[in-house]
Amino acid sequence: MGLFDLFNKKKSSGDYAKDRLKLLLVSDRANCSPDIMEQIKNDIIEVISRYMEIDASGLDIQITQTESEGGHGSVPALYANIPIKDLKSKTVK
Amino acid sequence: MSEVIVITSGKGGVGKTTTTANVGTGLAKLDKKVVLIDTDIGLRNLDVVMGLENRIVYNLVDVVEGNCRYKQALIKDKTYSNLFLLPSAQTKDKSSVSPEQMKKLVDELKKEFDYIILDCPAGIEQGFKNAIAAADRALIVTTPEVSAIRDADRIIGLLEANDIKKIDLIVNRIRMDMVNRGEMMSIEDVVEILAIDLIGAVPDDENIVISTNQGQPLVGDSSLAGKAYFNICKRVLGEEVEFLDLNESGFFKKLSKLFKKAN
Repeated sequence: MGLFDLFNKKKSSGDYAKDRLKLLLVSDRANCSPDIMEQIKNDIIEVISRYMEIDASGLDIQITQTESEGGHGSVPALYANIPIKDLKSKTVK
Repeated sequence: MSEVIVITSGKGGVGKTTTTANVGTGLAKLDKKVVLIDTDIGLRNLDVVMGLENRIVYNLVDVVEGNCRYKQALIKDKTYSNLFLLPSAQTKDKSSVSPEQMKKLVDELKKEFDYIILDCPAGIEQGFKNAIAAADRALIVTTPEVSAIRDADRIIGLLEANDIKKIDLIVNRIRMDMVNRGEMMSIEDVVEILAIDLIGAVPDDENIVISTNQGQPLVGDSSLAGKAYFNICKRVLGEEVEFLDLNESGFFKKLSKLFKKAN
């Protein structure tokens, strides 16, 4: 337990279970196998790399739940965190 | 008009068989003619929970294979003359019966019974497919645990894909003292996650263990679980029954009494 946690009210295990379950069910329901996720990841790397230099090892993608903009509750979303190494090294020709 | 109900959960050990025994007995108590079918071939259990294990002569596989007529295999309940059990086979395996054979058997039973209740085995293989083949509606049993709810979600998807329109949820083994402390997901949490209609919640009640020991379902007695199960039966029949306040159970009850005394 870090110092930060002391000032933060500890999340109860019931809430923790609910959050874990919500995330789990999103990927279960999306029926996205790890193979397909890996393919998506490789395709994203390929496309972005045409325009800039990215850190492929630090790339993280996952399917999560997010609030819909129309206010219709939560919807599945593809979340991608792509660290950029150099913006200018590969200019568009 | 008869109705065929499958009681299922995906995960094992969440209370399918106990629920089948209690819902079946409760419906019989409410004057319906009921037959319970144990579809868990190889792991027979419903006979023991009903206290009828010594009366078995023929079983489900015998009926399906034509070794006997279904009336010869039905066992009459100890208490209710309008309640029957069709036991499963202990020595065969799940492939001994096909979904088509189950449908044919259930169609025959429909002529005689108001409610046909199928106790589904755990898992999503052959046994599950047999149990859901003839069902009009399903009762999903789950406990407030991540693993049980995850499996229930998968089962709901499979039932929908098999065109079972009416799917209701039973949240079993809820402990309100833990929910109140935030250490267990609440009934509302489970309903929100699974997004199907709630037909009842059953508390984690030691009377269930006692009733299983005795082979006598407790539905309709004065225990909290007995009341909860009886309310579920009434809701199955379409009655509107208010949900029980499960807070009056066990530890929390004692604690609140203690506080009342102190004040």
